Amino acid sequence: MELPLLKTVDLKKHFKVSSGMLHAVDGVNIEIQKGNTLGVVGESGCGKSTLGRTILQLTKPTSGKIFFDGRDVTNLSGKELLNLRKEMQIIFQDPFSSLDPRRSVYELIAEPLIRNHIFRNKSERYERVLELMKTVGLAERFINIYPHEMDGGRRQRVGIARALALKPKFIVCDEPVSALDVSIQAQIINLLMDLQEEMKLTYIFITHDLSIVRHISDEIAVMYLGQCVERAPSKELFANPLHPYTKALLSAIPLPKLRKKKDSLIIRGEVSDPINPNPGCRFASRCDYCKEECKKTDIALKRLENGHYVACCLYKS
Amino acid sequence: MVIKMEEKLLEIKNLYVTYKGEKTVRAVNGINFSLDKKETVGLVGETGAGKTSTALAIMRLLSERTGSIPEGEINYKGENLLSKTKKQMRKIRGAQISMIFQDPMTSLNPVMTVGNQILESLVIHNDSGKSQKEMNDRVDELLALVGIQPNRKNDYPHEFSGGMKQRVVIAIALACAPELLIADEPTTALDVTIQAQVLAMMEDLKNRMDTSIILITHDMGVVAEICDKVAIMYAGEIVEQGKIEDIFEGKNHHPYTIGLFEAIPDLEGEQRRLNPIDGLMPDPSDLPSGCKFHPRCTHCMEKCKTSSPPIINQNGHSIMCHLYHEED
Repeated sequence: MELPLLKTVDLKKHFKVSSGMLHAVDGVNIEIQKGNTLGVVGESGCGKSTLGRTILQLTKPTSGKIFFDGRDVTNLSGKELLNLRKEMQIIFQDPFSSLDPRRSVYELIAEPLIRNHIFRNKSERYERVLELMKTVGLAERFINIYPHEMDGGRRQRVGIARALALKPKFIVCDEPVSALDVSIQAQIINLLMDLQEEMKLTYIFITHDLSIVRHISDEIAVMYLGQCVERAPSKELFANPLHPYTKALLSAIPLPKLRKKKDSLIIRGEVSDPINPNPGCRFASRCDYCKEECKKTDIALKRLENGHYVACCLYKS
Repeated sequence: MVIKMEEKLLEIKNLYVTYKGEKTVRAVNGINFSLDKKETVGLVGETGAGKTSTALAIMRLLSERTGSIPEGEINYKGENLLSKTKKQMRKIRGAQISMIFQDPMTSLNPVMTVGNQILESLVIHNDSGKSQKEMNDRVDELLALVGIQPNRKNDYPHEFSGGMKQRVVIAIALACAPELLIADEPTTALDVTIQAQVLAMMEDLKNRMDTSIILITHDMGVVAEICDKVAIMYAGEIVEQGKIEDIFEGKNHHPYTIGLFEAIPDLEGEQRRLNPIDGLMPDPSDLPSGCKFHPRCTHCMEKCKTSSPPIINQNGHSIMCHLYHEED
């Protein structure tokens, strides 16, 4: 099998807070093949955004390893990290707060090019900015306007152009469409999928919207309280969810269709505290199938058939 | 079909809402809809469609400095709310009509315990002269109703999770057992599993307390789950409305409704590309002539650009579009 473009091994990110250690990412193992999209889903506070940021080393991992293109890139520093960032980029959730309000579209898109000294002269750089604007579907007339003069969809296109400026191989999309209306959301999703095909991009697509994640991903990782509880090819996951949390999550999606009887599983309670969590399955306190062994030790991802991985005592590999 | 007037709890007739500014913003442009007792109507549309302006107009909470209602009637139990004085309105608001605001993170007072915030509306509307103890008991009862331990009433909002804060907001809205509840995107800020809990709770409350609900949302999935009727809004107009079966399964639809459905990725089918609606929502201070949707519509005809489309009504399912207008 081909070497994955990105791989994490037992990646952890803990934050020190006044009442203890907050386990934001707690031993995550993922792999993404080149040109594929890994969807990361989970509810707020499950550590999905921290996972994306830790992979890009916008925050230093507490422990664990990150491999990019076969190379261990954990704890690179200075110049090496700057070079690596040309290949790994991020698109942020909120195009309202992630763009500097005092810079024009040209300045925003040119910034990564200037920072990395890509072009010797201004006219080449100007040409490249125009080319990027065309790629993301922004008309040339927007080049001198400021973020507040644009709507959310166009602003997000500027965010995408910035991420593409350095021709990266890998992009973390952190909830890129959550702040947009449905009709605009579909435009951006189509754009991201077209770009992936043209430029052979590899995505991690972080979202809480399950219908979007099924649409865009090749493989999906479900996170709960800092841990990946299930990972499978996206069709397999929706057809055959195994972990009790995944089952509840999928059944909670309100479908835009009328059905006679709804058989949704409503899970009790709330996500428990990520600060100094008890060992064992993090979902145990809300799980209907909880057994004694679930509360003793952490449960590792087990490999089953059809590329399906699950971290649950109910299944034996 | 003959409907007796007395049956309508709320009837909105030809309502307009405008905001003054450099240019006048026409947020709501002549909408009509009504609500029976125990009914839930979904008001669906994208940002800027005029959903929240409609809700604020019913509550008479539009900003006095900028917002105004140049035309229209809002009849609640046969009485026009627009002709009520501020004092009369304060009696109705919170007691008979109450509202759940969009963002639970910002609509609670951070320096007041949740118990006191619920108690506040009981004290203000205490016409029957309940004792302090009775009102405190009612707070406990309300917290239990929304699934929060009553012993947490002395906690502050920051000690609750997002879902629990939203349930506190719902408890405040339900404190005086209103007959009409306006819920403005009540689950948008919540996760799906918590959303499922909140929707189940609202459904349960509707059945137990006979509350009518106006549910403002952009999520067709949520609509399918709890609404009886749906009104689709675009640029301040209701472009299509009807019973939920009409909207989800009916034969004819407004092109915008079709666009909205096609833009959502299907969880069951297979498709490689989504079908977005081209273009953008028009600027409400500079609305297009004729049909407001015509610049984005794939079925646009010559007359759509100049004349406002008629509302075609078939058994309560109405569509505002030239496509379904038969020339005679």
